[in-house]
Order: sequence, then C-alpha cells, then structure tokens
Amino acid sequence: MTEADASTRTAASGDRAAAPHAELIGATRSESHRLIESWWQELTESEQSGRPVANVFVMGSLAEILRSFDIPMSFPEITGLQTAVRGRSMEYLLAAEDYGYSPDICGYVKVDVGLHLTGREHPNGRLPEPALAIAANTCTTYIKWAEIWERMYGCPVFVLDLPGWRGSGSGPGAEDETFRNDVRYVEGQLRELIALCEELTGKPFDVDRLREVMGEVNLLAGLYRDVIAENKHHPAPFNAMLDGINYMGIANAYRGHPEGSRFMRVALAELRERVRLGMGAIPEEKFRLLGVGPACYAQFRRFLELFAEWGGVFVHSEYMGYAGGGIDEGIEYDLDRPVESLAEQILLTSVRRMSGGIFFSQEWQAEVVREWDIDGICFHGVKSCRTVSTGQPDVREWQMRNHDTPGLFIQSDLVDGRLWSEAQIKNRIDAFFEALASRKAALRR
Amino acid sequence: MLVAGVDVGSTQTKAVVMDDEPKVIGRSLTDTGARLDEAAQTAFELSLEDAGVSEADVTAVIGTGYGRFRVEFGDTQVTEISCHARGAVYLFPHTRSVLDIGGQDTKAIRVGEVGQVLDFCMNDKCSAGTGRFLGAASQALEIPLGELGPLALTAVDPVTMTTTCTVFAESEILGWLALGRKTEDVLKGVHMAIASRSLSLLRRVGMEPEITFTGGVARNVAMVSLMEELTGSVINFSEESHFCGAIGASLYALDRALVGAAADAEGGMTP
Repeated sequence: MTEADASTRTAASGDRAAAPHAELIGATRSESHRLIESWWQELTESEQSGRPVANVFVMGSLAEILRSFDIPMSFPEITGLQTAVRGRSMEYLLAAEDYGYSPDICGYVKVDVGLHLTGREHPNGRLPEPALAIAANTCTTYIKWAEIWERMYGCPVFVLDLPGWRGSGSGPGAEDETFRNDVRYVEGQLRELIALCEELTGKPFDVDRLREVMGEVNLLAGLYRDVIAENKHHPAPFNAMLDGINYMGIANAYRGHPEGSRFMRVALAELRERVRLGMGAIPEEKFRLLGVGPACYAQFRRFLELFAEWGGVFVHSEYMGYAGGGIDEGIEYDLDRPVESLAEQILLTSVRRMSGGIFFSQEWQAEVVREWDIDGICFHGVKSCRTVSTGQPDVREWQMRNHDTPGLFIQSDLVDGRLWSEAQIKNRIDAFFEALASRKAALRR
Repeated sequence: MLVAGVDVGSTQTKAVVMDDEPKVIGRSLTDTGARLDEAAQTAFELSLEDAGVSEADVTAVIGTGYGRFRVEFGDTQVTEISCHARGAVYLFPHTRSVLDIGGQDTKAIRVGEVGQVLDFCMNDKCSAGTGRFLGAASQALEIPLGELGPLALTAVDPVTMTTTCTVFAESEILGWLALGRKTEDVLKGVHMAIASRSLSLLRRVGMEPEITFTGGVARNVAMVSLMEELTGSVINFSEESHFCGAIGASLYALDRALVGAAADAEGGMTP
C-alpha cells in the first residue's frame, strides 16, 4: 500500500467526532434531480417557443460553442438511458424495430429513433425537434445517427472530423508539426461551426462569452476530477456505476453553465462529509471494483444489487471518463486563445483520449487499480455496441497476466432488457466473488 | 462425519455423499426436469440410499449448479465454477486447468493447488459449443447420446460445421446428410466445432497442464480424444467426472462441517 493509500484509509477516523452536517447527506441526489428536471423543462419549452435545439453526443458535444450561442443541447444517449432506467425503453426499441431497424444495432439509436417515431413523448418530457446535429467521429454510429435526424427533420449535420492519434503523447502547447497541423485542421472546423451557429440563431459570435463558458468548464472539470478522487477513500463514499451516472449527466447537460460547477461543489461537499463520517456507498464494503463499460440500465437496480449483495462497490468506472465528456482528468483552457485552446485541449487530447482510451485502456486501468486500491475489474460488454465492447476480453486477460488483477466478463446491453440473462450473469458474478473471497482469505493467511 | 453436495444442472441433477476422509460413499444422477426442488430432493435421497445412510447422518449440504438456490434443504450455495474447480483437484490433484462442458454452458477454469479458482471463462449466453449442441445432433441424426462419441471416432472425412448455433445446427446437419455425407463424418464435424470453441476458452484463461475434463460431455470419448489432439496434452477424466460439481460442493460442505459457518467467508460462499 502506498503512503497516499494509507492516508485515504485513515482520513475519516480523525475528526469523526465532529458534529455531522446532516444537510449535506443526500444533497447531491436532490440537486441532481432538480437540475435534470430543469434541463428537461428547458428542452420542452424550447420546442414550444421554437428556440433552436442541438442534438449532441457525450463524446465531443462542443457544448462550449453551443452554450456561447445559448443553444440548448439534447443528449440522446442520456435521454435513451433515462427511458431504460424508468423501465420504458422496450416500447421505443420495438417501435424502431417495427419500422425496420435491426435488433443488432446500437440500443441507444433505436430507443431514440423509436422516440422520434412515436411523437417524441419521453417519460421525462417532450423531446424537441433538433435544429442542428453535431457528431464527432469518436463513434462512427454517431454520424449515421445524426443522418437519421437529418432525414427526419432536414436539420444540418455538423460532423467533427478528428484526426487519428498520430501525435501520441502530444498535449496542449506541444510544438511538433503534426500536432500543430491537427490543431489548425480542427480549429478551422470549429470556426465553421461558429458560422453555422450565427446563421441558426441570428446572433453574432461573442468571444468573451465563449471565454466565460470555457472558464466554467475549467472549474467543472477540476471539481469532477476531485469528485472521482474522493473514492480513493475506504470505504468509497459513492458508487461510480450509480452515483457516477448523476455526476456524468450533470457534467454533460450543464457543461459550461455555472450550475454545473455549483453542482460538483455540492457533490464534493457531501462526499467529503461522508468520508469524514466513514459512510460508504454500500453498508459494508468488502470488495472494491473498477467498472469497464456502462451498466445495464434496463436492469439497473438488479445489476447493482448483484454486486452489492457481495459487498462489491464500484469505486471507479471507465464510463465516467469517456461518457462524462472527457473531463475526468481536469481541463485547463487557455482563455487568451479560446478557439485554438478548445481545439487543442478538448478535441485533440480529451476527446481523442476518450476514443483511443476505449481501445488502449489497459495502462489507465492498471493505474486506477493501484491508485484506488481495487480488488477486481468488471468488464460489461454491450451486445449492441461494439465500440465500447471490442477488446474487453483481451484487456481482461492482459490485466490478469500482467498485473494479476482478477477480471470478470459479463455481457448484456445498455437499454435492451432482452439481452439481460439473469441466471447466467448472476452465476458469473457469484463465481467471481467466490474467487475474490478465497484470494483475499489466502492473502490474509 | 458425512456431508453432501447437490448439483442441480440444466439437464441433470447430481448428488454425492462424502465421508470426512474425504471419500465419496454414495452418488446419484437424475434428470432435472421442470421442478428443480423435486429433482434436488430426489437426487439427494437416492445418493443417501446409495451410501446406505439416512439424512440425519449428514452434517452439511451444499447446493450448486443453476438450480443451487432450489436446494432448499441445503445449508448454503456455491457456484458450480468453484465446485468444479475444487472437485477436479480432488479427482486429479495435479489439475491446473478444468474444462467443464455441461448441458447449457462450457467453462474453462484455471485453478490453484488447493482447487481455488484463479480465473474462469464461459461460453456466451447462448448454448453454442455446449452439451446441448450434441443433444441437437443426437435428435437430428436419431442416434442416442451415448453412441455419438464412438461413432464420431470412426469418421474418415469429417465435415466442417460453419455454425455452433444449436438452433441452426440441426438444419446444417440435415444439409450435410442431404449432400450424401456419411453420418460419422457429420458427427465428427459437430464434435470438432465444440472442441474448437472449448480450446478457445481454455486459451483465454491461460491453459496449463494437467487439464481435467468434467461435466456430462466428459463421458464422450470423441470429445476427450479431440481435446487431447487440440491441446497436445493428456486429458484427465474419470467415471466421476460427471459428478465433479457435486463432489466439489460436498468438499465445501465438509469445510463447513469442520470449521462452521466461518468457512463460508473464507471459501467465498454465496452470502
């Protein structure tokens, strides 16, 4: 155990006697509900008032530019997830399949298509018609998905073409020619988007407003990174696959908005209070896990129960990185040169790290296992998404062989409950924990 | 002191009674059917009868298999993955890899010296490459399960099955027969498809000798022969291979009987 680990194990014990701040416990969840409700209200009101809304994705949303034009953003991955958590995804999946979409393709796409085919009535509110769609090539499905809206509504599709990871190791301010060329290429595209937003809203581009928004993202990203770091404590104060979804949702929907960083401060305060009181995410933490891949939202509660009943808590998740908008390691935009900095930072480092990270994530995982004192990794393959699932069995083997880190591989789906098979999944999870328990017992001996 | 293990599998239920030597003194095998609790009870009673003892003589019972939670008279449950690992090392102490092909799934397990699971890998949730695949072949060819292996061994020019999907297997088998291919050549192709998938699973967990074959399909001579050919290793199997899960469960039951419920946490039994 490192010195830092030792300090996180004992941090809570010193001042536990101080009076608890009861108002902090649970504040994050209620704030999250309030903000998500407010986000939905804005989407629904935009539909009514004819205010243009952009459909964007969590990897490469370009929220900084859109928010500088005051364009509300609808995230179909988030709205799709919400239908599954509320037990409603099946009706939309079937609507899309009845229309002709294959059972094999991305569940999020089909839920969204189903929503649009059935009048855009979502359990949380009414989805607006998109006036603009933005798709980065971080996921090729994004582009085809945006083209569906283009056909349905005639909205323009802005495809952000990010060059592959040629300058591996390059970062903001790097001087190598390849990286600088890539920055210029992406910056040029951002300026095209700015012109498109000016046309769409009738507003001129305000660079100071963009600076303001990017300053907010700097704050949000730093706080989001700190939130994730709180789970280095024992017991972990939050479950990365449950509470983490709330943090990610707000990080996306309120990116660049003062409410985003305000929320993260609330979350951080609650987590620190929980750490002080020794309050874990589950009643008795026995095993600390890293989640790779998203949860099965169609069986969300059950998915988490199967781990929690063994005392297993997800202390970190890869999803909080790439699906949180790539801010998990913090961002420091240079506000003196905002458009160039946006191209450098978020696009050529964070977003590209996200898509690259999905396929070359083993070193990152190994570091998290060490830093967060993790007992095992759960790889959840998504049947309808090869982008996030490809290579998982290989990475699992790599962790086992190179770092002796136990890994569990299970498969179901994000939103399609038909791909959830409880007996098989439970069997694998139970066997994994049996092995972890005997391993821990052997280490104790 | 006597203990028992009951393995309620998807196709068959196995029960074993064990003494504290530990030695198997009674065993039984019955079809699982739709009533898992009844199958568990029947198998348990038959194993007691085989051992010539009564239920009152048994100190602890562990349930395993997909129906482990329906072993209502049991003390607790352990997955068949842990039980097969433990049972395989009991049967063949130098076992380091286990291949278990059951009715609805195939498992490759890498085990430690005392039968602890170091890593495991299973087939995807469909029954491709499992015993059910052989069941489909048996039905399509109208040949009893027990005769499939010996007949496959007589093949001269085996076909290549392009699917391991149990549902599509039947039509592919009929397709090969329609082309005039010999039954034994088709059957060998079926066995080769399963063996190839099993090898892939074994490689995934880092296959090490000795390899022990467990589960119902371990009784199939063609599968054993093919696995030896593909792995380049001698494959351990015995008459007890089919009971391996129940044997492992009874060993966990013995831990419980000797140490008490504290053994559950040490052994990592279901909470």
